Amino acid sequence: MKILVAMKRVADYESPAQIEAGGQALAWDGPFVINPFDAIAVEEAVQIKERQQDVEVVVVAVGVAEAQQQLRSSLAMGADRAILVQATPPWDALAISALLHAVVKQEQPDMLLLGKQASDTDGHQIAEMLAERMQVGQATQASKIELSGSKARVTREADGGLQTIDVDFPCVITADLRLNEPRFAPLPAIMQAKNKPLQILEAAALGWSGQTACTCQQLQLLEKKKKGQRVADVATLLQQLKQEAKVL
Amino acid sequence: MAKHLIVVPAQTGKLDAQIPRLLQAAATIKGQLHGLVLGDDGSSDTAHALASYVQQVYMAQHKRLQHHLAQPCAKVIADVAKQIEASHVWSVGSVWGSETLPRVAVRLQAGMVSNAHQVVDEQTFCRNVWAGSVQQTLQINTAIKVITVRASAFAPAKPLSKAGAVQRCPVDAQPCGMHFVQFEPVKSERPELTQARVVVSGGRGVGSKEGFAQLIEPLADALGAAIGASRVVCDAGWVPSDWQVGQTGKIVAPDLYIAVGISGAIQHLAGIRNAKVVVAINTDDQAPIFDAADYSLVADAKQVVPELIAALKSE
Repeated sequence: MKILVAMKRVADYESPAQIEAGGQALAWDGPFVINPFDAIAVEEAVQIKERQQDVEVVVVAVGVAEAQQQLRSSLAMGADRAILVQATPPWDALAISALLHAVVKQEQPDMLLLGKQASDTDGHQIAEMLAERMQVGQATQASKIELSGSKARVTREADGGLQTIDVDFPCVITADLRLNEPRFAPLPAIMQAKNKPLQILEAAALGWSGQTACTCQQLQLLEKKKKGQRVADVATLLQQLKQEAKVL
Repeated sequence: MAKHLIVVPAQTGKLDAQIPRLLQAAATIKGQLHGLVLGDDGSSDTAHALASYVQQVYMAQHKRLQHHLAQPCAKVIADVAKQIEASHVWSVGSVWGSETLPRVAVRLQAGMVSNAHQVVDEQTFCRNVWAGSVQQTLQINTAIKVITVRASAFAPAKPLSKAGAVQRCPVDAQPCGMHFVQFEPVKSERPELTQARVVVSGGRGVGSKEGFAQLIEPLADALGAAIGASRVVCDAGWVPSDWQVGQTGKIVAPDLYIAVGISGAIQHLAGIRNAKVVVAINTDDQAPIFDAADYSLVADAKQVVPELIAALKSE
């Protein structure tokens, strides 16, 4: 079987964001990493490959040339080959999902794995949009995936509880944090990854016009809350919560 | 003038408390309010409850919509939106809304904004990115717009003086690639985390699984509060992972949030940004949680939490 994992290059979540391009783009000094949710998707695909015979894991990223670093990291984790769809922001989820759909048509995977959201834009739209473009089923926020024959049984977070569903192949599955713990690639694997195939495609060649349905008007750093007050003991705390904050 | 389509998955009993807040968000843009309720034969309760708030409710009833699976629901929503020529399609940014509306957006070739907390005008919406530290103002350029809303950011709308009409709509729900197996509801006597008025959360500073049970649970009981936790505590298995508060867990918006033994990682702070009053209890007076707190108590939780419980109980 073939698993296609889609991933995004993001700034490490602890780096403070800056705003540039006239208030319309986020910028970071780095370091850059695989979106933590997508790293879980890569790990899951690699674990399936380790459990079963004849599994090929292909990772794909849409983004700038530097995203090759994160694709190499995925290869070091155990993916077989990588594809970069080179594109320059601004982009939106409709555009990215259309580009991924173009890759899906070429690759014809049985299963797509992605993180449930990107840690920078928190959009959680792309996987679902891709599933709709493919006209296939989806299982989002998966905490457990069991494969049997040509379907996957997925336990996932739903509103008010845990839902279990079966999805027929091909399907799109997104990873929740509790699905697994991504591995750190050992040095030999990092060296080996340098020789694994990494193909670069141009977004324009896959039909992207550069048009987006959504445009960012403004980005604004939210001010930190003003410093609160120290209270000396439990009695003072309760008194302030009642009399000043009026929440008790 | 705008024509809003508010989509709601049917549930038994009364209308989800987030729906009137969603309606308030939509009503910021002047226009007609229409509702769409999706479910099986038992969905008419929700449809009639929703009719108190909108001019017209469409009821999509079909056995394939029973479990609100995203694939068949998205088709029905897009069909109705086209048929009534909706300009805006809205839902709560719940798990269901977040997984279903992106599919609707593709079907309608519509731009989409997730988890809006402010409606600026008919095509402009604000939402947070980068773990809640940056606000993004997005403009949707397509004729139809799809929006999920962070309901807690809006006040609940009031019912209309005259309830709207309810009508069934034709449903074309084809067999699909998703098959429901089972649902295990979370059983809790406590209020739901994202809707609770008071939330008590515990972090590594409570010491252990037993410490969590001995400190956080009785404090929550004394306050009638929901219980949350930091990611470390969930990852360590001290509490179920759906108790996690933060960017990668639940976003809460209580009147009072009490963080006990939580250091305050950026991703946790993103989850409590909408709390009105934050209390932090931590032994480390340099903990970042104190920068986000209105009231800070530098103390050992094991000592002060029992005092707090005793004081609350004696009232």
